[in-house]
Amino acid sequence: MNAFSLALRNLLRNRRRSLTTLLAMMIGVSAILLFGGYSRNINLGLQTDFVRGSGHLQIQHTDYFLYGSGNPAAYGIADYPRIIATLQNDPVLAPMLTVVTPRLSLGGIAGNFDAGVSRTVFGAGVDIAGQNAMLQWNDYDFPGVAKTSPLTGSRSDAAVIGTGVARVLQLCEPLQVQNCPGAQRRETDGAAAPADITALSAQEQPQAERSASRTAIELLAANAHGAPNVARLNVIKAEAMGVKEYDDMAVQLHLQQAQRLIYGQDAPKVTAIVLQLKHTGQMPAARARLTELLAGPLKGMPLEVHDFATLNPQYGQITGMFAAILGFIAILIGAIVLFTVSNTMSMAVVERTVEIGTLRALGLRRSGIRRLFVCEGALLGAVGALCGIVLALLVAYAVNHSGLTWLPPGNVDPVPLTIRVWGEPAMIGRTALGLMLVATLSAWWPARRAAKLNIVDALRHV
Amino acid sequence: MSSVILKQVSKHYRLDAVEVPALSEITLTIASGRFTVLSGPSGSGKTTLLNLIGCIDQPDSGTLTVAGENVLALQDDALADFRARHIGFIFQNFNLIPVLNAYENIEYPLLLTGVDTRERQRRVQDLLDAVGLADRAKNLPGQLSGGQRQRVAIARALATNPALVMADEPTANLDSHTGAAILELMRNLQCERRMSFVFSSHDPNVLAMADDAVFIRDGRITGIEQRTPELAA
Repeated sequence: MNAFSLALRNLLRNRRRSLTTLLAMMIGVSAILLFGGYSRNINLGLQTDFVRGSGHLQIQHTDYFLYGSGNPAAYGIADYPRIIATLQNDPVLAPMLTVVTPRLSLGGIAGNFDAGVSRTVFGAGVDIAGQNAMLQWNDYDFPGVAKTSPLTGSRSDAAVIGTGVARVLQLCEPLQVQNCPGAQRRETDGAAAPADITALSAQEQPQAERSASRTAIELLAANAHGAPNVARLNVIKAEAMGVKEYDDMAVQLHLQQAQRLIYGQDAPKVTAIVLQLKHTGQMPAARARLTELLAGPLKGMPLEVHDFATLNPQYGQITGMFAAILGFIAILIGAIVLFTVSNTMSMAVVERTVEIGTLRALGLRRSGIRRLFVCEGALLGAVGALCGIVLALLVAYAVNHSGLTWLPPGNVDPVPLTIRVWGEPAMIGRTALGLMLVATLSAWWPARRAAKLNIVDALRHV
Repeated sequence: MSSVILKQVSKHYRLDAVEVPALSEITLTIASGRFTVLSGPSGSGKTTLLNLIGCIDQPDSGTLTVAGENVLALQDDALADFRARHIGFIFQNFNLIPVLNAYENIEYPLLLTGVDTRERQRRVQDLLDAVGLADRAKNLPGQLSGGQRQRVAIARALATNPALVMADEPTANLDSHTGAAILELMRNLQCERRMSFVFSSHDPNVLAMADDAVFIRDGRITGIEQRTPELAA
């Protein structure tokens, strides 16, 4: 008969009190796990969105990340096909890669000059095949069918704009954009685009190829030499981007179109080479290899590597916020468990004072008495944690199959309300271990008090 | 041969700001293998003296030797080990561990002294037979009568073959018939095993069985009677 066996019997001796304590622990553990599973799902969802959109890593021109938004064209990466080929053929990096694709960012003014409106926009020229391949990434098994870019199979002058851009450019009706009150429309005199812009547009695209569609816009941008250039684009879709600031500025077009606009007849460049990995966990290894390649075969090119968390600071902010909330909840629950177990143990010490005196008289050392009560706390912690895990799994299963949906920040469409407890052994292990530790520590003080009892006083206790 | 030697032992209790003398300069020798009864009225100090001899309390002054060991020099852990090996306790309220059955209660002191499994089984079974509870081995204390509980307590006290068995009014909570049976059992076991039993009691039946009687009043020994001659070693 060891201390744990004796502890278990003592816990069973006062079933109601032990059950009450266990219930508190169960609720505590399951609350932490459920919120942890919920925030874990948000974090992974967010990560999936960013990785699908901008990859795990991006190779950019040095300083583009800090200064490039003002003049992306000045930070173009020349000879990018060779760099992409080097990455795709690298024996260390290649097995980790799912996609390597170029991207060209640009700033400019989009105008619907037929309506006499224009606005500043931020455009991205993308390789559609690469973009679609990136959208297939689903390392965390989120439900639903992977989307493809609306530009898939479209003409080279096709573009997708944010719904905010569509509203300002008065393209709501042809693009079927919601929330476009008629009052916002203003009558125009139907004046055409300024003559200089029309002339630039004509240079860019022969009249025969120009779209006469009701969704045509002009995109004015500074080319690589600082001179203005214009592309006439046919907007095929207005897409909600989830974040209003982005929605009001986003224009997506074919990479070749964007390159023609910025570099004209010069050698085309890109502002980023996007790398998507099979697993996020491979990022450190991939990054290390990229550093080696930049110092080796790609030496001499002014390039640097950024990860998706750096490129999307809101990822760290949101995950940090959830981690802080979870930490706060865990501390609160830990304190509740601490006081509950401590109270239970203190009552047990008072009730079993004579027993403690007897055991000490029989020759049990003070450390033996301490061990008895600490074992009881640890057992309560272990059983409470186990029951809490089971409860959390059941609740998570019920919620995940309830059909409830919610709209996460930055999303356009509602997503299923999912709590990831199953398949998160690290989170379960940390929570269980933490609560067991708290329960054991909670028992330490009453156990210490029990061990310090004077034998004669304990035996006289009524 | 002496089992316990007390020299000039005094003990005071503090009651609020007042020091109350419990024992005053007690000098006493308890011989081995004897059935010694500490007798006196309530509050005379017999339980305090029993606690000191049982090494669960410390005197304020004087010296105390138990089974040849100067127990006042022992640190707490060493004293606990000493009690486990050399002293058995029988309490007025039996003080069995409620979650352990009769067998396990008797076995417990043997676990504390590290006796191996086979020897533990042998001794516990022997003691269960000796106290007539072989068929109650699996019963928890709550499933036993008062007399049966005290038999288990006696068996537990004897499990480690201690040099000294302390019994604080062991029949006070039993009816007279059961009390007499328990007394007889203890006396027989004491004779068989040649252990030193020290009782505190004011029960005349207990006193009648004593080899030696020590009379205490107001914390002082008022008389010592040797009722049966000491056997030569």
